[in-house]
Amino acid sequence: MYIRLALGPVLYHWNRDQLLDFYQEVAEAPVEIVYLGETVCPKRRSLRWTEWLKIGQMLKDRGKEVVLSTLTLVEAESDLSQIERTCRNGEFLVEANDTAAIHVLVENGRPFVGGPALNVYNAQTLARIQQLGLVRWIPPLELSGAGLRTITRERHPSAPEIELFAYGRMPLAYSARCFTARAHGLTRDHCDFICGQYPSGLQVETQDGQHIFTLNGLQTQSGTTLNLLPHWLELTQAGVGILRISPDARNTFELLCRIRNALDDGKAPDVSDLIGDSGNDGYWRGLAGCM
Amino acid sequence: MMDLVAPAGSPGALKAALAAGADAVYVGLRDETNARNFPGLNFDPHHLREAVSEARRFQAQLYVAINTYARAGAWDHWKAAVDQAAEANVSALIAADMAVLDYACRTYPELRLHLSVQASATNWRSLQLYRELFNIRRAVLPRVLSLSQIARLAEHDVVPLEVFGFGSLCIMVEGRCLLSSYACGRSPNNYGACSPAESVEWITTSQGLETRVAGILLDRFTPEESAGYPTLCKGRYRAGDRIRHVFEEPTSLNTLDILPQLAEIGIQAIKLEGRQRSPAYITQVVRTWRAALDAYQRNPERFIPEGSWSQTLSELSEGQQTTLGAYARVWR
Repeated sequence: MYIRLALGPVLYHWNRDQLLDFYQEVAEAPVEIVYLGETVCPKRRSLRWTEWLKIGQMLKDRGKEVVLSTLTLVEAESDLSQIERTCRNGEFLVEANDTAAIHVLVENGRPFVGGPALNVYNAQTLARIQQLGLVRWIPPLELSGAGLRTITRERHPSAPEIELFAYGRMPLAYSARCFTARAHGLTRDHCDFICGQYPSGLQVETQDGQHIFTLNGLQTQSGTTLNLLPHWLELTQAGVGILRISPDARNTFELLCRIRNALDDGKAPDVSDLIGDSGNDGYWRGLAGCM
Repeated sequence: MMDLVAPAGSPGALKAALAAGADAVYVGLRDETNARNFPGLNFDPHHLREAVSEARRFQAQLYVAINTYARAGAWDHWKAAVDQAAEANVSALIAADMAVLDYACRTYPELRLHLSVQASATNWRSLQLYRELFNIRRAVLPRVLSLSQIARLAEHDVVPLEVFGFGSLCIMVEGRCLLSSYACGRSPNNYGACSPAESVEWITTSQGLETRVAGILLDRFTPEESAGYPTLCKGRYRAGDRIRHVFEEPTSLNTLDILPQLAEIGIQAIKLEGRQRSPAYITQVVRTWRAALDAYQRNPERFIPEGSWSQTLSELSEGQQTTLGAYARVWR
């Protein structure tokens, strides 16, 4: 089976030029699906809505499938307006990362992708959300390989497309508090967009030097990198048809090329030199995520 | 008048909560279907039926929290829990998983459903979706919204709201926090517990008392400092060149000071956290909140929290300190 590659939304606060350059490069990269938009903090507005749509159009013209991703933590009325605009864009498929987006999409009769922050942990919930219009599902990071196999078996033959978060720092938690601002003695309301200084997030270590977390504004990520690429064959056997690669400020293009080449040769992609170690696969194996 | 909703992890705590004046008590079944899945806690089906009668005797309500996400392949277990709750004739079921809500709503249309905080519903559209799909009659709000956001949400009048009043403070949005499973494999979503006891260690070393979860160092304490129960979000770590509480200090949520505002917004119920707590703790917290709510009821315009209430609650708090958390915008 041919596995498609998807590039997840950029999780960090990159500036306008960084984003524009990045997506110019992505247009040339061997990736089939590209997710666009801000999913972490509604204050971040490096690009205007029309600019996101222009990038989407450019990528579509280059043969990519474009999906617009919605905010994950939705609190203010202005957050909802942002989501409504995304869900009613009329052109691109939408990734719902909160039940608010599902509500708008159901209201408008639109099919959608279910993002990893939706809590779908079993076949019964998946079936219920499919009735609402879910056509592709990105399981929660926590779900084990055994759990996924059980769900795809129980949903057979009606399982949706399954895209697995396969590479990148793992989004672990969301808060109303901005931790990057806090680390700088600032509050969220007066954050000076300090997260923009950390295009790969701000590293957090335990007192004995373990890189445990990465701060990304409201979002807390894993310190280490998830890497399920060595398990690619097992993933396809569990029903996974798409691998999600989460963008990184440093080496996304090279990463995508290497993964595509290896998969085309029927080999497990080796990207350990890009991570610095072999990465984590604990959740997939039913263990702690940091393993 | 706002209802006071108290926790109980045992028949003893249930009696304590009822005697101290709770309007409703919420409990869990003795398994992974509830978000306080700790050894020795919670109710079996027999105790649940007794709890319902006990609550009735006090003219109080008994809620059951079946508020974890059903584990893949183990659906029958969650289904059975809903059946047990319905058969015990509980006053309401608190749930987060769409499959649990769907099953309960279709099978027991008379059973009152409350949306659990674990469902992470932080806006009116989310509440509306759950109301349209499952006819929820109340929603418990995550501890991430500011008072003004809660007021806006209440204006939409989708469903009556329940908010947290006192107890442990989740820093992250409930239902969207994997810190515990990242460290030890088990989290509220996949197991019903954060920092489960079997993963926690207190170790005396030459550098002080260390707290660890699955071997990961959360904090080191000098002899003068008190070490609370270790959770990942309250550890001291290095970010930049400083070692500090990167997420939050050990502290408890206490909203006694904003009780009048919560009442004016139209909040239907105040929830106390702590199904893992002892009957003695429950007695003190419930009694204090009962006194506060009654005082407010008697004279809303002149309500001022009594010093003794705040003192009692502070003494029962993590790190002996309390915060308004996200209710106060500056916390963010």
